[in-house]
Amino acid sequence: MTLPKVRVPYLLLFPGFAFLFTFFILPIINLAQTSTQTRVSGGDTGQYEQTLAFSNYVNAFLDNKEQFGRSFVYATLATILALAIAYPLAYAIAFKAGKFKNILLVLVVAPFFTSFLLRTIAWKQILGEEGFVVPGLRSLHIIGQQTTLTSTSVAVVAGMTYNFLPFMTLPLYASLERIDPRTIEAAGDLYANGITAFRRVTMPLSLPGVVAGTLLTFIPAAGDYVNAAILGSPNTKMIGNVIESRYFKIVDYPTAAALSFTLMAAILILVTLYIRKAGTEELV
Amino acid sequence: MTKDSISARGDLRLTRITKSYGDFKAVDDLTLTIPKGSFFALLGPSGCGKTTTLRMVAGLEEPTVGSIHLGDTDITTTRPYQRPINTVFQNYALFPHLTIFENIAFGLRRRGIKDVKEQVDKVLNLVELPHLAERKPTQLSGGQQQRIALARAIVNRPALLLLDEPLGALDLKLRRQMQIELKWIQREVGLTFVHVTHDQEEAMTMADTIAVMNEGKIEQMGSPADLYDNPETAFVANFLGQSNLIKGKIDGNDGDNLVVDLYGQKISMPKKRSHAVDNSLYAGIRPEKFRISLLGTPVRGNTLNGGRIEDVSYIGVSTQYVVAMPWGQEVMVFEQNDDGVAPFDKGDEVNISWEPNFTFGLRGDEDIDAGTEVNPEELEGE
Repeated sequence: MTLPKVRVPYLLLFPGFAFLFTFFILPIINLAQTSTQTRVSGGDTGQYEQTLAFSNYVNAFLDNKEQFGRSFVYATLATILALAIAYPLAYAIAFKAGKFKNILLVLVVAPFFTSFLLRTIAWKQILGEEGFVVPGLRSLHIIGQQTTLTSTSVAVVAGMTYNFLPFMTLPLYASLERIDPRTIEAAGDLYANGITAFRRVTMPLSLPGVVAGTLLTFIPAAGDYVNAAILGSPNTKMIGNVIESRYFKIVDYPTAAALSFTLMAAILILVTLYIRKAGTEELV
Repeated sequence: MTKDSISARGDLRLTRITKSYGDFKAVDDLTLTIPKGSFFALLGPSGCGKTTTLRMVAGLEEPTVGSIHLGDTDITTTRPYQRPINTVFQNYALFPHLTIFENIAFGLRRRGIKDVKEQVDKVLNLVELPHLAERKPTQLSGGQQQRIALARAIVNRPALLLLDEPLGALDLKLRRQMQIELKWIQREVGLTFVHVTHDQEEAMTMADTIAVMNEGKIEQMGSPADLYDNPETAFVANFLGQSNLIKGKIDGNDGDNLVVDLYGQKISMPKKRSHAVDNSLYAGIRPEKFRISLLGTPVRGNTLNGGRIEDVSYIGVSTQYVVAMPWGQEVMVFEQNDDGVAPFDKGDEVNISWEPNFTFGLRGDEDIDAGTEVNPEELEGE
């Protein structure tokens, strides 16, 4: 039996749509409802009723301004650091690695073979007193003899940078690898020295990778709570940690839901502004 | 050094250049002078070292041994951006993120020229694409991209313009048209063009001087007519057009001519067109120089008897015959279809004859298949 041609696309769309509707759209609606509920007076812990209390949003935001701010500062720092580390790495793999290209690419994604949690816990050891980093930095007098790194914002940002590095490296590599090396030769041929050729040709041609990489790093980093929970202290709490504790410890579902929506909206706005800005540049 | 090299002008001189990759010599002890203002072609099959030579001139590769001079300035180790040399790359290598205008202005801006508009407009007019200034390269056809690549290079008025198989990606018709245009533009701007190609027709159409390269060395250099009419080696005879090479023995002198014995039949040829070193030689005759006549018809010039038509191909302007000679060799004959005479048929017994002056002589120890196994059409897009 042959199907009428027009129906085929809809049939192909159906499984994905059904999945997303059940497991994304419905929960989001549910979350939106929860975010405007209020506590049942005299009820048990965790008992809420639907009221349309939009004040939940204002309160949730005002109570957690600091954690919101911190989330975006940490995420921004981690993104910048990851970009600074990943760009030369991706450049070397794309243009200089020769036959080692594939091995290096495997090494970039190799960390995914072990659990995210395990690797983050390992960073606790690495940055701890018994690791080599702290004694090393102390002996070089880069940090004071009493300074520790565990439970600091440095540790949280370092952990995030490390954990999201592959997400930055791979899109950067993909866009650098696509550049025809002859366009770079052409820049040299047209009186551009190495630095100018990079600034005028290589860099602009790799911008799509930079945009993709920074988004793939920034978005999960802004909502991350694992790094702050494992490597940080109460002073380095991010908004993800607040949502987590509201939900699981305090059982304050409406506030957790309102915070989630606020975070989502904030990321969406920032990302839109960023893409607009980047899009007006010389993006191919 | 920068200032010196960038303003260097004059003939390009390559002196005993060798470029080795491990044991492999891509270019082998090459010495070459390209006069200022000429249209020079480096012609050869894939892997003959022509592109490597071009890249060394551009500064993209450094010779293992030897020196490169432009006028009196040694540019052997000068960085590409410090040479007054621009390249039209094989795949054009236009900057995809820049407009056509900015692509062309790129070189001018790098040299600190602020007011580029007039020069860019002028060169856009020269390549007849002024309306495309604000487009991006991907919005252009292959032929248009080719012209923009040319414009981007010549706007800088370099001492030397290098063209690396510039027409290789175009279809045949467009390629013919661009050959004529390139030649015209070269005369118009008066720059030295060095053109690398594997397409002998392209080289012959455009260049004043052609250097035929093979295995890292120059086989022969000269004007297109020189190379075609008087090739010095079997490689050149076969790579430029087609040749019939018939084994023979020098049998004596007759004034300015040699008497040559070809399988028992005597022919004569000018002494000065022989490159033989001893008694043995190959007599070379281009297929279109042969005339065919039925056996027994009186003919002028050199004649070889006992041929039999093996194959006839009618291709419009001419008819191509394969003629089997008594000693087993098959020769190619192209006859113009201009005399209203009915073509010969397969199996006809014929003589072939030609003017003695058209004969060229190659050394008897040559490999007569050199240069034949390379079919330029197969190298498209390499």
